[in-house]
Amino acid sequence: MQTTSDEALIGRIAAGDKLAMQVLFARHHVRVYRFVLRLVGEPSRAEDLISEVFLDVWRQADRFEARSQVSTWLLAIARYKALSALRKRPDEELDDETAQAIEDQSDDPEIAMQKKDTSDILRKCLTKLSAEHREIVDLVYYHEKSVEEVAKIVGVPENTVKTRMFYARKRLGELLKAAGVERGWP
Amino acid sequence: MNMIKNKAAEREEIEALLPWHAAGTLSRRDAQKVEQALESDADLAIQYSTVQQDLVETIGLNESLGAPSARAMQKLMADIEADASTARRARSSFNLGEWLSERLSSFSPRTLAWSATAAALAVVLQAGLLAGMFMSERQGGDFHTASVQTDQAIKGGTYALIRFAPEAATGDVNKLLENYKIAIVDGPSGGGVYTVRLAMTGMPKEELARTVKKLQDESVVRFIGPKPTE
Repeated sequence: MQTTSDEALIGRIAAGDKLAMQVLFARHHVRVYRFVLRLVGEPSRAEDLISEVFLDVWRQADRFEARSQVSTWLLAIARYKALSALRKRPDEELDDETAQAIEDQSDDPEIAMQKKDTSDILRKCLTKLSAEHREIVDLVYYHEKSVEEVAKIVGVPENTVKTRMFYARKRLGELLKAAGVERGWP
Repeated sequence: MNMIKNKAAEREEIEALLPWHAAGTLSRRDAQKVEQALESDADLAIQYSTVQQDLVETIGLNESLGAPSARAMQKLMADIEADASTARRARSSFNLGEWLSERLSSFSPRTLAWSATAAALAVVLQAGLLAGMFMSERQGGDFHTASVQTDQAIKGGTYALIRFAPEAATGDVNKLLENYKIAIVDGPSGGGVYTVRLAMTGMPKEELARTVKKLQDESVVRFIGPKPTE
């Protein structure tokens, strides 16, 4: 079965094709939603934000230059929207404190450890990462973005991307250690 | 000394690339470099196994987040309908032919029969219009067409020939037709000219001139002129 590329869909969207817009939305909305949700922490807010993300795509499709993947472009818009939304609420600044506040608070690593399940503990620890670290981990592992693409989405140099990812892994290792899971690194 | 430093820097670089190697997003060249390092460095291999665990659990965690409800799509489509850029694009892609066929589909078979006659004579009509415009410019007088009578079926009313501005939006054209209570009965010719019925009965000359003048002042109208009667 032949599928239309994202780039072709963007071309059709630029010409006002609403069906192409629906196809693009169907393809990407779940991943964009999850990315935004991990940033803002509220499902209903994340839903509103993804509508805004795709509305921006509708408005700006004619300016898409195909220098990056469409999914990278979507995530860059989504990130901008999510951060703007968080900035509108001063108590939800995207810093480490906020990250703690919007994390899954059902169990702390100690309680999770009692489950004797490294997988569970690891997931809990992933939610305990700062927003900055969580974002980069998600982009690399879940969204499968290259160093270059992450740099475009986050708006930092490629070396910063590598360093940030390295420290995110290191922090994750520390959290696991604190939860009683020794993996031999760091 | 420098060699040791270089080796350390190279190892750091490889360490930094492990997550992308696990995700399969490295270039072939970088991936080969990482593969070679993993074969000869046991500590690096341990690190790599932790990276793979992290990758698996990050995917699991994200997949557990669920999906947005249908509300997100509904909101998006409603926003698109209300968005100014949608109307702009609709204007730029205004297809008079398509729009006309929608209009004509609501007409009676008798009315539709005019189309065939008019289509056959469209070229002549267009030539007539051009000649009329040319003469009008030269004489400085009112607009007259030099067309032959193509409207054998158009009787018992007052008709005009109209061409809409190319940038006119469908909505604006519809609004104009409604405001003036006029209907398109034929067209377009090759030159994009439509025949519109201004009134069901014959209009007095002065009233027709006033109506044509008012319509000519509308931004969606490129030109309009009374259709010659038999």
